[in-house]
Amino acid sequence: MADYSHPEALVSTEWVAQHSKDANVRVVEVDVDTTEYSKGHVPGTIAWNWTTQLADTVRRDILSKGQFEKLMSESGISNNSTVILYGDNNNWFAAWALWQMKMYGHKDVRIMNGGRKKWLAEGREVSTEVPSLQASQYTATGPDNSLRAFLDQVQAAVQGKTAALVDVRSPAEFTGEILAPPGLPETCQRGGHIPGARGIPWGKACNDDGTFKSADELKALYGNEGVDGSRPTIAYCRIGERSSHTWFVLKYLLGYDHVKNYDGSWTEWGNLVGAPVERGSSQSAKA
Amino acid sequence: MKVEEHRERTVDIAGWPVRLTSYRIGEMFYCTADNISPGATIARTSGATREEVESAAIERATDRLAQTKRHAV
Repeated sequence: MADYSHPEALVSTEWVAQHSKDANVRVVEVDVDTTEYSKGHVPGTIAWNWTTQLADTVRRDILSKGQFEKLMSESGISNNSTVILYGDNNNWFAAWALWQMKMYGHKDVRIMNGGRKKWLAEGREVSTEVPSLQASQYTATGPDNSLRAFLDQVQAAVQGKTAALVDVRSPAEFTGEILAPPGLPETCQRGGHIPGARGIPWGKACNDDGTFKSADELKALYGNEGVDGSRPTIAYCRIGERSSHTWFVLKYLLGYDHVKNYDGSWTEWGNLVGAPVERGSSQSAKA
Repeated sequence: MKVEEHRERTVDIAGWPVRLTSYRIGEMFYCTADNISPGATIARTSGATREEVESAAIERATDRLAQTKRHAV
């Protein structure tokens, strides 16, 4: 069985149980549902709110370098800290946070395999205490925009067929049957997908317990849809967090070099005047 | 504290599969309902018993899912 290309990008729940209070380790919970942390979290961890702390709250964008440095400093994270990220929904926004940390050059950031779900299911210790932190010094680099796709790059890739596009949303979003995940507000004007994209829902990369599938299974999952790392790859979803999860899989578990996360995603493309859209399942997103 | 009585089950609400995750921490039960595909939380509740929190989560999820339109493709 093949190993992940970067196994060091993952830690187990057991590893976290043993090392979460190590001096150089900072564990951070990042949830879709930002109330989860307060119910009980891995002892000693802090939380980041993706709606207010991992995005510019005025214009639509990721954190600026200055905002990122401030967050790291306030979180007691220094440049040589080992940062462990975990969260609900099999680490959606943990992956989003990791993607931004990589854009700003943080060297040692890892994901707890299985996320909050696995920690709870294993009946591990939880705490409602919020640790007090001592501010650190932090200097970011970048941003490394080789990890991020902007609209014009996606448009050029579609026109020139120069990249593999991976739509990681659900099959019903991919086909255009629904405009947003069930139960969530519709945030785009048109349904469907970017022409030429392959539908590979993010969740197919995970086992039932929330951990990532094996390298062999992942290679087959994406390879069967023509995504094998032989050409540049762009992942997208609705707002960029699910696709950061797939970006992590392709970049760190499979080791594909040229993978970008298009965080504008469908809420950008599906609202553009005149943008080409494909509907239906011709580039099948199988359930 | 430890998480106890962790349980997941899937129900059908208005034609959508919904996962109910419930567990107890201390004296309090918690339940979240998510839409499985993609998995976003659409209801969260807390209370004294599992039955109470699941029932309330189903009620809230039903309201949310009623607003999702299916479009012909």
